[in-house]
Amino acid sequence: MMKYLGKAYLWLLLLLLYAPILIIMIFSFTEAKVLGNWTGFSTKLYTSLFAGGVHRSLINAIWNTLAIAVIAATVSTLLGSVAAIGIYNLRVRARQAIGFVNSIPILNPDIITGVSLFLLFVSFGISQGFTTVVLAHITFCTPYVVLSVMPRLRQMNQNIYEAALDLGATPFQALRKIILPEIRPGMISGFILAFTLSIDDFAVTIFTIGNEGLETLSTYIYADARKGGLTPELRPLSTIIFVAVLVLLIIINKRSARINRSKE
Amino acid sequence: MEKITAFLSKRRNWTIPYALFLSVFVVMPLVLIAWYAFTDVDGSVTGENFRKFMQHPEALNTFIYSVGIAIITTLVCLLLGYPAAYILSRAGFKSSNTMVVLFILPMWINILIRTLATVALFDFLNLPLGEGALVFGMVYNFLPFMIYPIYNTLQKMDQNLIEAAQDLGANPVQVFTKTVFPLSMPGVVSGIMIVFMPTISTFAIAELLTMNNIKLFGTTIQENINNGMWNYGAALSLIMLLLIGITGLFNGDGDKASNEGGLI
Repeated sequence: MMKYLGKAYLWLLLLLLYAPILIIMIFSFTEAKVLGNWTGFSTKLYTSLFAGGVHRSLINAIWNTLAIAVIAATVSTLLGSVAAIGIYNLRVRARQAIGFVNSIPILNPDIITGVSLFLLFVSFGISQGFTTVVLAHITFCTPYVVLSVMPRLRQMNQNIYEAALDLGATPFQALRKIILPEIRPGMISGFILAFTLSIDDFAVTIFTIGNEGLETLSTYIYADARKGGLTPELRPLSTIIFVAVLVLLIIINKRSARINRSKE
Repeated sequence: MEKITAFLSKRRNWTIPYALFLSVFVVMPLVLIAWYAFTDVDGSVTGENFRKFMQHPEALNTFIYSVGIAIITTLVCLLLGYPAAYILSRAGFKSSNTMVVLFILPMWINILIRTLATVALFDFLNLPLGEGALVFGMVYNFLPFMIYPIYNTLQKMDQNLIEAAQDLGANPVQVFTKTVFPLSMPGVVSGIMIVFMPTISTFAIAELLTMNNIKLFGTTIQENINNGMWNYGAALSLIMLLLIGITGLFNGDGDKASNEGGLI
């Protein structure tokens, strides 16, 4: 009895959590401008989202979001991985100091990160736009890369690296053949994390994007919502994003389950 | 050239690029917040910004109101989330794993889309937007962040302790209040932290959920920064940082759990 009550509670909570998303998904298959009006089944919103003619700016915003995420995730993966190798070889004091500063962007609320970077850019008279958004995203993404690469370094057998050097490998050969394969899984999960954090960000972006008309998906939705009416094409877009995230998560879960099984 | 190779082959030197990056994009911006907060437009040192905050009933009221909303949101999340985490941790392992993913999944959707989905739900059900929608939207946004760390500590809990309590004659209620709950405190504390911090610092969400009728402290900061009142905005940011710092003091090893919370 208690068990069924518990299960029922979980499903009720899930229903509550998913109700808003489900409503958006259902109403992405109808043409009505206002959400909540069902005017018959139609995939017109999907075609007009991809035709792009009607909402040039929305398509631009999507491209900007993806470009920023790819650049920020790539740079922070490289920067963070090199840094992790360095930090791992530091003495305890220095390691703790860097580790502390590294955790600041993670613990800081987005708005503080946003305001502080805004003040940095205006103090030095740097005009804000694409570059400043990318720099800001690298700032809050890299700490996560460092944190996901670090455990791999700790698990690694240090003797293998030394052995490679003794056997005549140059430090760079040893890095490429020994360290890199060991930390690659950490780099990949760091990259994925950085990518999703960047795509999802709103608070830091809005403070660093300037006012020269650059839009990301988040700022587009925000501006759109403030105007009152919500672009109907955002419904199919949210649906696609949700399904994509769902598929990605299932793949990641399957993958980690397989890795876990092969370990056992 | 040789000098460069020698320099690079010391792996601890690899920290240097990231250390420079951190000092420019993390440390300096935070110093700038403090600098702007304690100076006026001409750059001379003053406490005027803080006096303005104390004498300005609107900003002060917004601040107190935001803290209140954050506390209510955190409490509701705890009341809804703890039973869910408990049931999840007790359920059979196989199904609970999928369930946990289902609860975490909404975290990966853009916060603005989630908020708009809540607005859509309220519109759909013909409920008025306002304080109720605000708390619902906040809870909806942050509930997964409460469930996950609690679930984590409950799942790692030593089952022998529970059996020992039962053997020593504790009834189910006593087992819970004297054993399970105290042992899950680290998860509860970090759950409270992860929910409280973003709720106190959100902006934009409140406006969308209340048709611009209710303003939270984050919005006050954003408006001041946007309107060129950088010094006052910086002072308000510093006040928020202070509040978060105070909350953080209650949190021993919560940052570890919060990282796990984001990583799935």
